[in-house]
Amino acid sequence: MSAYLLYPGCSWDSSARAYALSTGAVCRELGLELRQLEDWNCCGATEYLSVDTVPAYALISRNLALAARQQNGAKTLTAPCSLCYLNLSKADYYLEENPSLNEKVNRALEAGGMHYQPGTLEIRHLLDILLNDVGLDTIRRHVTRPLNGLRVAPYLGCLLSRPDYRQRFSHPDQPHELDLLLKALGADVVDYPLKTQCCGGHMTQIGPNTAYELLRRLLHGAEQYKAHLIATVCPMCQLNLDAYQHDVNRHFGTRFATPVLYFTQLMGLAFGLEPKALGIGLELVGAREALAHIGVETPPPAQAPQRGRRRKKKSEGLPMPSMPEDDQS
Amino acid sequence: MAHSPTPGDGLSLLEAVERKTPIPSRLEMCIQCGSCGGSCPSAADMEHTPRAIFALLRAGMDESVLHSNTPWICVSCYQCMVRCPQEIPITDIMYAIKNIAIQRGAAHKEEAAFSATFAEMVESYGRSFELGLATRYYLKHHPLRLPGMAPLGMGMLARRRMDLKPTRIKDVDGLRDILQAAREMEAAQ
Amino acid sequence: MNAATSDSPRIGVYVCHCGSNIAHMVDVEEVRAWAEETLKGEGVVVARDYKFMCSSLGQELIQKDIRELGLNRIVVAACSPHLHEKTFRAACEKAGLNGYLCELVSIREHASWVHTDKAAATEKSKMIVAGGVKRVRYDEPLDPLRVPIHKRTLVVGGGIAGIQTALEIANAGYPVYLVEREASIGGHMAQFDKTFPTLDCAACILTPKMVDAGEHPNITLLTWSEVTRVEGSLGNFQVTIRKKARHVVEDLCTGCGICTEKCPKKVLDTVFEAGLGYRKAIYTPFPQSVPKYPVIDVENCTYFVKGKCKACQIFCPTGAIDFEQEDEETTVEVGNIILATGFQTFDPRRIPQYGYGRLANVFTSLEFERMSNAAGPTGGEIVLRDGKTKPQSVAIVHCVGSRDRRYNNYCSVICCMQSLKFAHLVKERTGAEVYNFYIDMRTAYKGYDEFYQRVLSEGVNLVRGKVAEITDAARLPGEEGKLIVQVEDTLAGRQRRIPVDMVILSVGLEPRKDAYETAKLFGISCSANGWYTEKHPKLDPVATMTEGIFIAGACQGPKDIPTSVAQGAAAAARVLGHIQAGEMSMEPIRASVDEARCSGCRICNGLCPFNAISFHDDRRVTEINPALCQGCGTCVAACPAGAISGTGFSDAQVMAQIEGLLWDVRV
Repeated sequence: MSAYLLYPGCSWDSSARAYALSTGAVCRELGLELRQLEDWNCCGATEYLSVDTVPAYALISRNLALAARQQNGAKTLTAPCSLCYLNLSKADYYLEENPSLNEKVNRALEAGGMHYQPGTLEIRHLLDILLNDVGLDTIRRHVTRPLNGLRVAPYLGCLLSRPDYRQRFSHPDQPHELDLLLKALGADVVDYPLKTQCCGGHMTQIGPNTAYELLRRLLHGAEQYKAHLIATVCPMCQLNLDAYQHDVNRHFGTRFATPVLYFTQLMGLAFGLEPKALGIGLELVGAREALAHIGVETPPPAQAPQRGRRRKKKSEGLPMPSMPEDDQS
Repeated sequence: MAHSPTPGDGLSLLEAVERKTPIPSRLEMCIQCGSCGGSCPSAADMEHTPRAIFALLRAGMDESVLHSNTPWICVSCYQCMVRCPQEIPITDIMYAIKNIAIQRGAAHKEEAAFSATFAEMVESYGRSFELGLATRYYLKHHPLRLPGMAPLGMGMLARRRMDLKPTRIKDVDGLRDILQAAREMEAAQ
Repeated sequence: MNAATSDSPRIGVYVCHCGSNIAHMVDVEEVRAWAEETLKGEGVVVARDYKFMCSSLGQELIQKDIRELGLNRIVVAACSPHLHEKTFRAACEKAGLNGYLCELVSIREHASWVHTDKAAATEKSKMIVAGGVKRVRYDEPLDPLRVPIHKRTLVVGGGIAGIQTALEIANAGYPVYLVEREASIGGHMAQFDKTFPTLDCAACILTPKMVDAGEHPNITLLTWSEVTRVEGSLGNFQVTIRKKARHVVEDLCTGCGICTEKCPKKVLDTVFEAGLGYRKAIYTPFPQSVPKYPVIDVENCTYFVKGKCKACQIFCPTGAIDFEQEDEETTVEVGNIILATGFQTFDPRRIPQYGYGRLANVFTSLEFERMSNAAGPTGGEIVLRDGKTKPQSVAIVHCVGSRDRRYNNYCSVICCMQSLKFAHLVKERTGAEVYNFYIDMRTAYKGYDEFYQRVLSEGVNLVRGKVAEITDAARLPGEEGKLIVQVEDTLAGRQRRIPVDMVILSVGLEPRKDAYETAKLFGISCSANGWYTEKHPKLDPVATMTEGIFIAGACQGPKDIPTSVAQGAAAAARVLGHIQAGEMSMEPIRASVDEARCSGCRICNGLCPFNAISFHDDRRVTEINPALCQGCGTCVAACPAGAISGTGFSDAQVMAQIEGLLWDVRV
């Protein structure tokens, strides 16, 4: 398996420690080498772009320049955080599209003795690499403790599949990549219609009421579809849904208690790894109860809730149109 | 921190926005269908929907746009952008409006201050630092909200999910040189 | 190369102002003077300019000079040859000069309309004129080819446009083959319940025409059939048609329907019933099908799948079932062809946020047409997917897949009116609260806006906004168990979430999936998105660039029933014109092979779009059939030996014209 450059992002060793631990464990298991970029800087999140344009792109591009310098044969720069992933790919794409911006950013980089030629790197999210480079077959082979009976809401948040400059995901609204991966782990994947709705991003800091409503919708949705837990691919989503769940409950008088885990943690569990090594327990809304559902030899047939959604073909009434995935199963 | 002066002061806001947007804004192509306002997760809290902002921009009602809370309520989820039937880069336009509002001194103070605090932090350390950001921002702007955040902070600290000290990158001087050069470039256009 | 001058050239140059179309951007007088002076050595005897060369006074000017100055070559610098080449050729003929000794060069489309710098456009116009003058020296007198027109006509597609066309021609007394891919003619219109804006019952106005077409002595109906090969050209096409095996002997079948009744196999009908209902494995698409003969769907028939059953054969009172029947191919000769192959609807599964296929109570417009049709799966009851519950609130979404750069970047024309019709029908039959979501209300044409007014008066809620998403994820108490339509009400300037029981997606119109292959088969062109291209968008809307092939109805672009019918009739009139004339003249522009120079490399063989090239294995040379050649020049350009030349486009002519165009760069 080839080596990848890893742009970890500012939360990697702090708020997203569980993500870092589980990614490390899973990659070791799969023989995937992630080499951390040296002396990387913050991607600026959504804040820097709000303040200024050229400096924001220069800030992001310094990382691209570093990566191009340190790539040593690795073409792919991977980011586990959706926001970092977006910013890195956004800069790469816009520098390519806009020669004048490219020129300015590169002149700025020169001041730090650096240069970046847009298109040099492939910028990809960790999920994309696990799904498309490692592949579902390999992942399935590593599963020793299938997540049967665990109802998981696949939650991608906004920035992975949107705007998706290089068209790496199946659809901006309803991408199926995370579903496929979780199914390969044996999980009972909930058809979660809110999978790419926003977690509020930085609004938990500056406009909590706006953010709490967005979080309420996601938690309410997960509860509506009887999910035991929410799987995320982004530290920002995890932080908002997990750490602010208590505040959301206080704000609305609700009693949500849905744990939010990284997809890599679920992979590790399915691979039979030790929960502690995967950072299980670092979540603020405990996952213990939810995880009690796995490890059961033959789980009882999942009681699909009545949702008035997709009907089985044989039912009475008018027939439903067929969907492309009908043919796959 | 120092902001770049407004590029080409004296431009209409529409022209300024078009220049700031990194790819063609296509604002002239907007058919006012409301796909953006319909898709926006935070539209309920906005004074104007994105569609209305574009109508105001094209009507030359610059002050209404600059003082609208809309771009500051934007959560940057790109939902509008991928659904726009005219492929207008709406999220990038929201950033452009925020840039210009800050430069023209018309920005929504609170939200702009958060962004500015964040940017300062990044320039000091090269990394963002959640605890420092939160305390500095809240102390400055919402000292009363800070105690309410304590339980969350404690929970995070207890799980070692929040650093007590910021991390500084090695070549922070190089980074500052780059940002300084970039600001000059922005001002020069 | 002295082809030019059996007589020494005496050339007249005529520069047109085209009102201000040319004159505003080209100094016409300067071009005239330049030509008269500078091109004297090329044989130019006189150069004139005139306000409208194409007017009779302009033409008389040319004719007078031909007679009085003894001109033997004419160059007119005006508009595109597409528009007036014929005019000026005819004018020359009248003055006794062969029309092919006249060149029309375009200084409008190629200069005045496409430039903004008058001096440069004027210079360019001079070069264009020089090209024409140099070229015309090598022109030779030609006679148009006369082709007799076969009296039979082929109509492809048995929807309303095709039926109309076939009837018009048949009623005029000429024979027509009407080919239809499905088991019955009728097309999309047969699926509809009511038609806007008058709400006539679609079947009531369509079926009489279907019956007429089915029984007309001049119409040969070929249903369950497809065209597989087209050869020949205007006046004499040879068309091969594959009649798919019906497994029902038409001569024996009485259309009694017992076979269908006895067939044990129920099949989801994704064609006529749009996936909302079922049919049998032996079936006619609908009760009024024309012809009345059923077909066996071999993919689903129990006998064909498992080898036993034969219920239809056992019960057929006339022994008309034939499991051994095979596809047949027949070749027919026709003089003209009309394509009326129609459209398909946009698949809304491409927009997952609208929930079609995931959310049970989201329907397409075609599904709704079947549902509201009294002969449809619900007997005309408007109900939810459970087959029984009447909706209390219905959302109708306009522009699904239309006017969107991500899907189809054009207006599908019929959706606004169709959606208003749905609103009226839902209101009338269920009393439900109805919401129509539109971007712009497009109700042009007679009686349409009046219908909009009527729907408004019925209390339908019109919300101006493109629907963002349709979801069952309830956020608020009132939304539980409903479909929520999320939209910006752009007139109120607010986002709204409107809970409803049922959603109808007014899906756009698209070219058929195989439109491009069909166009290639018939040798016509289509636009980037696949609609067939008409000869002129305004003045020749039913003809194509290929002589003898016409188009009618929605295969040319989205259109409603009245326009489709009008086009069907228009195409018929054009064909009848050809037939009445008995023979047509065709451009004598043809390619021919100089056998002595042909190396037999066969590079040209596969390139001819008109199948006019054949290869003689014995002599190792290629030959071009002048009856099939359309003079496109593809083979001429491709031939590495320069063995193919095109009449009217000889190397000498083309090189001379290029030389003229490069006049100002000569050293």
